[in-house]
Amino acid sequence: MNDMTPIRNIEADRSHDAPLNVSRRGFLGGAVALVLSVAVPLGRARAQAADAIAPGTRVSAFLEIRPDSTVLFRSAFIEGGQGVFTAMAQIVGEELDVDPAQFTVEGAPPGPDYLLTGGGRFTGGSMSVRMSYETMRKLGASARRMLLQAAATRLGVPISELSTEPGRVIHAASGQAVRYGEIADAAAGLPVPADVELRPSDSFRWIGKPVPRLDVRAKSTGRAQYAIDLKVDGMLHAAVQHSPRLGGEPGTFANEADVRTMPGVHSIHRLPGAVAVLADSWWRARRAVEALQVTWTEPAAGTPRAMPADFSSDAHKEMLKSTPGDGIAFEAVGDAASALNGAARVVEATYDAPYLVHGQLEPPSAIARWNADGTLELWIPNQAPEMFQADAAKVADIEPAKVIIHSPLLGGFFGRHFLYQTANPYPQAIRLARAAGRPVKLVWSREEEFLRDTLRPMGAVRFRAGLDADGLPVALNAVAVGEGPTGRWFGRQPDKVDGSAVEGIAGKVYAIPNRRVAQIHVDDPAIIGFWRSVGHSMNDFFYETFFDEMADAGQQDPYELRLRLLADSSRLGNLLRAVADLSGGWKRGPFGAEDGTRRARGVAMASPFGSEVATIAEVSLRDGGVVVHDVWVAIDPGSIVNPAIIEAQVNSAVALGLSSALLEEVVYVDGVPRARNFDAYPILPPDRMPRVHVRIVESGAPMGGIGEPGLPGVPPAVVNAASVLTGQRIRSLPLSKLDLKGIEG
Amino acid sequence: MELSINGTIHQIDAEPDTPLLWVLRDVLGMTGTKYGCGVAQCGACTVLIDGQATRSCVTTVDSVAGMAITTIEAIEEDPEGRKVVEAWVANQVPQCGYCQSGQVMAATALLKQTAQPTEDDIAGAMVNLCRCGTYNAISAAVRQAAQA
Repeated sequence: MNDMTPIRNIEADRSHDAPLNVSRRGFLGGAVALVLSVAVPLGRARAQAADAIAPGTRVSAFLEIRPDSTVLFRSAFIEGGQGVFTAMAQIVGEELDVDPAQFTVEGAPPGPDYLLTGGGRFTGGSMSVRMSYETMRKLGASARRMLLQAAATRLGVPISELSTEPGRVIHAASGQAVRYGEIADAAAGLPVPADVELRPSDSFRWIGKPVPRLDVRAKSTGRAQYAIDLKVDGMLHAAVQHSPRLGGEPGTFANEADVRTMPGVHSIHRLPGAVAVLADSWWRARRAVEALQVTWTEPAAGTPRAMPADFSSDAHKEMLKSTPGDGIAFEAVGDAASALNGAARVVEATYDAPYLVHGQLEPPSAIARWNADGTLELWIPNQAPEMFQADAAKVADIEPAKVIIHSPLLGGFFGRHFLYQTANPYPQAIRLARAAGRPVKLVWSREEEFLRDTLRPMGAVRFRAGLDADGLPVALNAVAVGEGPTGRWFGRQPDKVDGSAVEGIAGKVYAIPNRRVAQIHVDDPAIIGFWRSVGHSMNDFFYETFFDEMADAGQQDPYELRLRLLADSSRLGNLLRAVADLSGGWKRGPFGAEDGTRRARGVAMASPFGSEVATIAEVSLRDGGVVVHDVWVAIDPGSIVNPAIIEAQVNSAVALGLSSALLEEVVYVDGVPRARNFDAYPILPPDRMPRVHVRIVESGAPMGGIGEPGLPGVPPAVVNAASVLTGQRIRSLPLSKLDLKGIEG
Repeated sequence: MELSINGTIHQIDAEPDTPLLWVLRDVLGMTGTKYGCGVAQCGACTVLIDGQATRSCVTTVDSVAGMAITTIEAIEEDPEGRKVVEAWVANQVPQCGYCQSGQVMAATALLKQTAQPTEDDIAGAMVNLCRCGTYNAISAAVRQAAQA
């Protein structure tokens, strides 16, 4: 039960979190009782070490000040495009008094010092900065104090006479200065101070400023290295072919002898659920493994998570939509049932959203090397090094302490790099390296990735709303049907609702006096996972689009109705007014644009990951499809570290949210996915990217997340706008399924 | 077979139908050019062949023997490439960065052929996929590079 140690104690540290965020707190706190899939024992030695070290305090674990006064910083959080390395440099540099540009940041190895997400370590949930902000400031301030102390000793003056400026200690009285690099060694030997004063926020030089990202030049010149780019001496390249359906095992090979003689082939291997070829280059390995004619066995009875031979995503969707019942209540306020009975008018609708793949552009890879000292060294894309270390130890049957994990830059984050056993190549790489007696670098082809990536779950929600005689909502009943990824990976209690299945439907602030949000759990036959903004990625679409249905039924303007129902929340009301202002004032349309198109706007609110977001989208219809011209986003994360990164993350979230709304859908027929590459699974191309306008509102509320919150409002804002033009409600994604020909005008 | 890459001649021992991408990455260790899809959908593998943006994942090595191959590793030695890189930095384009080698190569090819591209020229040339959605920053950077 202690297997979730790396991240399960997040609840304890999140008590300060914004009250609206129901996204992950419920599950992480509640995960103690039933821990299943990612259950991996941690070594006793490590657990004890973790007790002895207060995470985030040991300066030497994080900071190395080099002789030239530049800084090497080991980040507890992994960089995957969200800008966290730069944010860490800003936060630590501010207190250390070193320009962030002087920082080199890398992902830290596993270790008790880095358990900064509530006693665990996990890059995700848009948690990194908000959960480590104070700790990392103190770390920087502690290091600065140690440098001051070392300088006082060297100069023979009282520490009270010393100050710092970026990269050096100053003794104003004598005009002397000592560069950090000169005293770094002496400072490193000093005890870490117990208590340090932090810099007042009104004197910040870097926190809150659009500091340039540290990795941009390397990423613009091909010098940035991802896991897939790494090599170790003597390694073999590996490619795999997976069983078309999970649970199948390799049976006979029809042409093994032929494949063995293909150029560069070293060996052929059977793996759980897959076959592999090792060769002297990846292309040769791939060509050989794909030439191998494999008969796959049917999954043995009782094989966990075996993919049924008749699985159809369309049939599953219809089943979710038609599953009867009221479900288990997650949120109940007032008496929704009675209020619905007494309502002047009842509005009902059922919504659905499809499976999605992550589609990060870096295909999965893993390098495994068994070292002479019995250690196993892994270079693997991951967002939780300790969890991967523990699981790799289990696969390798060695102590976790003997597994060395390197966590390179991630070529796309989006929730893909969590510990999903069947979706990660490192167990295969470990086995292959052991079998070959040589280091192995395994890369999954894009086609194998489409076969084994975890999916954003499919979801369906049934809504019933009651309106009073004035057309105002007095009751809302929502029943979500399906399965959330949190329950899948952290353990689900049968009598409780998985928060990730209802986040975005529950936790809404609108003053609807009677409401009930419930879930009916239906096992998802697919391997489901976390996808940027998790449950919010579809639930905010369901809720905020149904909201417009309520507004239309009650003959209310959807923007005015939102404002009215948010009258008691100045934070959200201000944010909604801010996005309207940013867009030049609310207008729903339809209206004519200068280019002759007929356009409309839609609005949506979302409360994901501790931040608040209001979104407006402007769309037209063309060639039977939806064109999105502009998206305006007002985001209130409470307080901020880097406005430029926030703007970039909002752009990115808009793109992904829009991609899901317009284009994306994983379709399974007969137990296999129809698309095995981007040709059959289109993602947002450049010519469908709208202009994005961002306003950051700092309300002073507790700091919220940034990486995910910009996404959930986009699909409902777009669909609400499109519905104005089509004159019909759209309740299913993606929009590319609709044929709107003849409607545009 | 002989390949001319970034002005240097390399003797390559590979099957003639091996994609150029894998010769660059696995044989020559030039990993700046990325594998994304392998089927010319995403453009992460874009290189220049005689100045033309080309998807190296579906370009066989035998088809480019004797031609001038330019990869991201030499981008700053190219006058247009240098401008593009500076514009990428100024506009803080990359997020995860994985597609950006290909984006920079595509932008460089565009500016080599059309020094003052119109919006349509940019839209026509900058068709590589970016899952982080850096598209607006990309087009801003291309415009800036054209002015530099």
